[in-house]
Parts: sequence; C-alpha cells; structure tokens
Amino acid sequence: MGAALRIAGKDLRERVRDRSALLMAIVLPLVLAFIYDLIFGSAAIPRPFDYAVVDLDGGEVARVFVTDVLGEAEKQGYVTVRTASGVTAGEELAADGAVDAVFVLPAGFTAAVRSAAPAEVEVIGNVDSPTGVDVARSIARSYAAEIDASRLAVAAVLAGRDHADVPERELAAIAQKAAAATRPLVLEDVSAREKILDTQTYFAAGMAVFFLFFTVQFGVSSLLDERAQGTLARLLAAPIPRVSVLAGKLIASLALGLLSMTVLVVATTVLMGAAWGNPIGVALLVLGGVLAATGVTALVASLARTADQAGGWQAVIAVVLGLLGGAFIPISQVGGFVATLSLVTPHAWFMRGLAELAGGGGPGAALPATAAMVGFSVVTGAVAVIRLGKVVRP
Amino acid sequence: MAVRMDVTPALRCRGLRRRYGDLIAVDGVSFEIALGETYGLLGPNGAGKTTVISMVAGVLRADAGEVSVAGQPMTPRTPAVKARIGYVPQDVALYPDLSGRENLRFFARLYGLSRAEARSRVAEVLETIGLAERARDPVGEYSGGMKRRLNIGVGLLHQPRLLILDEPTVGVDPQSRNAILASVEALATGGMAVLYTTHYMEEAQRLCDRVGVIDNGRLVAEGTVRELTALVGEHDRVVLAADGDLPAAAEKLRTVAGVREVSVGAGRLELLCGDGRAALPEILACLASAGVAVRSVELREPDLEAVFLHLTGKSLRD
Repeated sequence: MGAALRIAGKDLRERVRDRSALLMAIVLPLVLAFIYDLIFGSAAIPRPFDYAVVDLDGGEVARVFVTDVLGEAEKQGYVTVRTASGVTAGEELAADGAVDAVFVLPAGFTAAVRSAAPAEVEVIGNVDSPTGVDVARSIARSYAAEIDASRLAVAAVLAGRDHADVPERELAAIAQKAAAATRPLVLEDVSAREKILDTQTYFAAGMAVFFLFFTVQFGVSSLLDERAQGTLARLLAAPIPRVSVLAGKLIASLALGLLSMTVLVVATTVLMGAAWGNPIGVALLVLGGVLAATGVTALVASLARTADQAGGWQAVIAVVLGLLGGAFIPISQVGGFVATLSLVTPHAWFMRGLAELAGGGGPGAALPATAAMVGFSVVTGAVAVIRLGKVVRP
Repeated sequence: MAVRMDVTPALRCRGLRRRYGDLIAVDGVSFEIALGETYGLLGPNGAGKTTVISMVAGVLRADAGEVSVAGQPMTPRTPAVKARIGYVPQDVALYPDLSGRENLRFFARLYGLSRAEARSRVAEVLETIGLAERARDPVGEYSGGMKRRLNIGVGLLHQPRLLILDEPTVGVDPQSRNAILASVEALATGGMAVLYTTHYMEEAQRLCDRVGVIDNGRLVAEGTVRELTALVGEHDRVVLAADGDLPAAAEKLRTVAGVREVSVGAGRLELLCGDGRAALPEILACLASAGVAVRSVELREPDLEAVFLHLTGKSLRD
C-alpha cells in the first residue's frame, strides 16, 4: 500500500505542476457553469403568460372558463388575462405580440355544452411564443376534458331514463353537481414534488460531473505515459508488488476526482448560490460519481495503445455520456426513450440523485443513484483492471 | 581492472530464454558476474541485449532458465532480491515535470529507504553525478547528458550489489560519455558488480573485465578482451571505403593471399588479414582490377569488432 500511495503522490505532484489538470478539474467547469447560468438562468425564471379572451357566447359555461379557470390562474400569477372585443381584435393582439394567445369562446358555446352538441374553444396563437401557445392549448384542452367528464357524470345518473321525462330543473341540478364535483383546472408549482434542480445547481452539477470524466483520466492514462517514457520499466524493476503500480494510478484518479468535485461543490455554493442538498447525500453522490468516472475512463484507457489515443477516446466518451446523461440539458425531463436511455450513463444517475436531494431528501435519497454509479464502477473497473494488468505483467 | 574475489557470484544466469511470438529473442543465455567485476554484453542492435537485461532486472519473466542474485533466486515477484539490483534502463526513465531531487527522492523511497536515508543518499548521489547545483530544476530543463547522469544516479540510490546499465551512453555527447564511463569504472573499483550492455566496441574494451558476445539472442563467445581477440588469431582488420561492385570485389579479395575473411557493408569492405600491412598492396591491386575506386583505407589492430566479425560474419554496426 505504501508503494501505491507513493506512486499516487508522485502522480498528483506531476498533475499540480501540469496546469492543464487544474484547468480541466476546476477552472473550466466553474467558468462554464457561470456562463451557462448567466445565459440560461434568467430564461428559466417563469414569467406570466399574457392571454386575451373573446367571449362571443356570454353564457354560464363561458363565464366559468373566464372567471374560474383563467381568473384562478391569474390570481396565482401564472397568467394575465385581458378581454378583447372581437375575433379580429384578438387576432391583432396576437399578431402584434401583445399577448401570447387568445381564447375565443364562440357564440352558442354554453348551449352546445348543455345539449351535448360539439363545442370548442378556439386558441389564436402568437407565433413568437410557442410555449405560451402550448400552455393556452393545454388550458383549453383541460377545460374541454372537464366538460366531457361532467357530461359523462350526468349521463351516468340518467342511465336508463328517457331524457324527455326528466324535468328541466332536475337536469340542471344534476349538471351543476357534476360540474362542482371537480375544480375546472388546477395550476400548481410542481418543481419541489417533481424534484427539479434550480438552474444554478443544475449547471454547477452538470459541468462538475461532465469535467469529472476528463479530470480522472489524468491518473489512469498516466500508466500509458509511463510506458511511453520508459519509467514503467523502472517501476517494474523496483522492489514493490506490481499491483501497487496500477493501484497507485487508480488512487491518483480517485484523489483528483474527489478533490476537484469538492472544490466545485464548495465554490459553486459560495459563488453561484447552488443548493446541492444534504451534505452527506452529496458526498455519497460525489464518491459514486468519482468511482464511476474512474471505472469508465480506466476501461477506455485499457483499450488504447498510447496515452494520446486514450485521451482522444476518453474525450469522445465523456462528451457523448455527458450529452446523453443530461449534463447540459435536462434529458430526464424530456421523457420517452431518450430519458430511459440516459440511465445508461453515470451522469444521469448523478443528476437524478441530486434532484432527489433537492426535493428535500436525506442521505438515504441519494443511495439508489449512488448504488447505480458504484455498479458502473464495478463493472467497468473490473474489466479495466484485468486489461491494464497486462501492462504491468512481466 | 577489478579482480573476481567472491565465490558466490553477484549474478548467475542459466539458460535464459524468451520468445515473442515466433521470434526467439533470447535463446539459452548463461553467464556469471562476480562482485567487483564489470561484465559487458556486446552485440548489435536487436541482438537481445535489452531482453536479457530486462529478465535479469525482473522486468520481464523468462520463458525458461533462471537468474540468481548473490545466490538468491530472482523472479519478477521477489522484491527482496530486486532490492539488490540497480537498474538503469536504456531510455532516460525520469519524470520531466519533477526536479532532479524529487525524481531521486521518489525512487529512493520506492526502494525502501527511510525518509532520512533517502535525504542523505539523494544528496550524496547528486554530488556524485555532479548535479547538486541543478537539483531543484525540473528534469525537463536538463541537457541530454545531465539526464543520462541522473538516469544512472537513480540506479545508485540504494547502493545495490549489482548495477545493470543498458546502453547508458546512447545519444550522449563525447564529454558526457567520458564522464559516464569514468563513473562506471569508479563503481566497479568500489566493489560493485556491473552488467553493461553496449554496441560500442571501445566502451566494452575500456570498461569490461569480461565480455559476452551476443548475436541473434545467443551468447556466441565469452571471455576477457585478450581471450576473445585471441579467437581471431591476432588478425589485423583492414577497412576500406570504396565505390563500385563491392560484392563482386569481395569474391576476388577472398582469393588474395593472407586475407581470411571479407564482409561487405554500405560503401565499405572489411577484411581480416594475418598481416594487414603485407597484404595491403595486393588488396588494392585486386580492387583496382575489379574496377572499384577506393576512397580511404584504415588498418586496425585486433579488437572486439574483429572478434564479432569473426564470430558472426557481420559488423557490430550492421
């Protein structure tokens, strides 16, 4: 163990002298996290969408949409609502960019709903605000779904009876009860429940884990450097167990990774206001991330013939895994196949673990993600050690 | 020259063999070195010298055969025996970003010296190799000669009983080469056994008590320089730089009286003769009749180059 620590110490000393390691481990991730936060941070702060309503109906169902649905959303600060005098005026507002979208409640809307005839809410969109238009469509769609649910409820109550035999007053009472059974539309902030990182923490963590894969390669790949510069023969001739040469390289990788991540966690907390979450949970995730990064880069190094070749391959792997794992954009929130595929990367698990902590989780919340990353480390590291063992074999 | 004194050899190699795929790099090499003796392995590039050295140093495992150091069997997994060996590889094996002192301290600790011992030995070695004043500078800023000296210094840190030097003067300027050779002579005088590989005949003649001639992985002869030169019968060597159909001229030269052997190199002919001066007029006449233009003639007394030519039929520089 002593020889391995001496070799690791020598490697770390070399890395300190070689400024590129410092640049890659601390300076670049910190600077890029700052830049990303600067560019995308303000965009991530939600602003209320501006909508207009054209009520050509004036009936009860249209009034509920305007006052209960849009009015409630306006009270919560998600939207602003103004009234437009007609469809042409609404179109002009959308075309001028004065509003994100316009809801048009056509004449006869209430009557159509009550008679179970087709009824629709039109949405006129501002082409420069696709997100605002999407949200408007969703609101309209949700309201339509609520109306359909009410219709079904009424139909269920009246099942087997001839509608003509039901008194108008009873019918209206049933419809009112069905409509009151659910709130027409509920808007709420789901960031805590869905465990979404704030932008500062997201970019700090993303850049940290992305550059971690470049940082740890300095330790493992130096075995190939030693072979190229002839010092490996000297190490192998020394009275030390051969395994300590490989162990020294792995220790150096782990130390570099842990050091850089620790500095980045502290620096981004102090300088950017990143909220990493429970310190013990973060420590577990950092350890898991460093182990996984070391395993993956060691595996890549074991397949290469020279340190340069290993560096090239490791860079490609780091970028691909970083992109797929959501180090730059929150892939996990995209959903579908890509989100599932992202779980083959340690990056995705690292970000997922941090999101769990952001949702208020304790150290236990970080354990599944940590276990996944340790799994990566064990699988890739075992193959790497077997292959790299050949380099130090007599 | 030092004299063999110890009964147990500092190094004993028996039947060393190593194969790389279909290539047999070393084939049944056996030799011994006594304490205080300098033994040279002389052979051209690719003869198998470095492979032998690597097996002796424990860097490579032998496919067959055995190595013992001071009577102790040596394998790549016997650290205690390795600690008796100082190994100076052919390449400059140092860390360029570290200073000379840091390089020495790292290897001293790796060889088991305590912190205090390492500090003391590093200072001594720096004085010995003449780098005390540049000890704090990064090795990357050293000249080629300084790096070579430090490379040797690393091998001396733990005061080994056996020092292995693999072509330590390759790519070194004449002044540094002379300094290296002088320091090796001093080490042998101090009682250290030295295994020295080279393809420079002059170095082997100057340093080595005994020389093993190696070619194609096999030790073809062994002995003192005097014993080896006796093998070629005290023949003179005539080296001619010439232009023309040299292979055809070589055939004719073999018929000249007194010429024992002829080898052809790039633009030159090498001849072994009983009496070179006596045979020279007829040699030149023969070359003239073969249409070969002679640019220079050199007559050499018997040396290891001639031995190698005699034993292998080729020059050390081939």
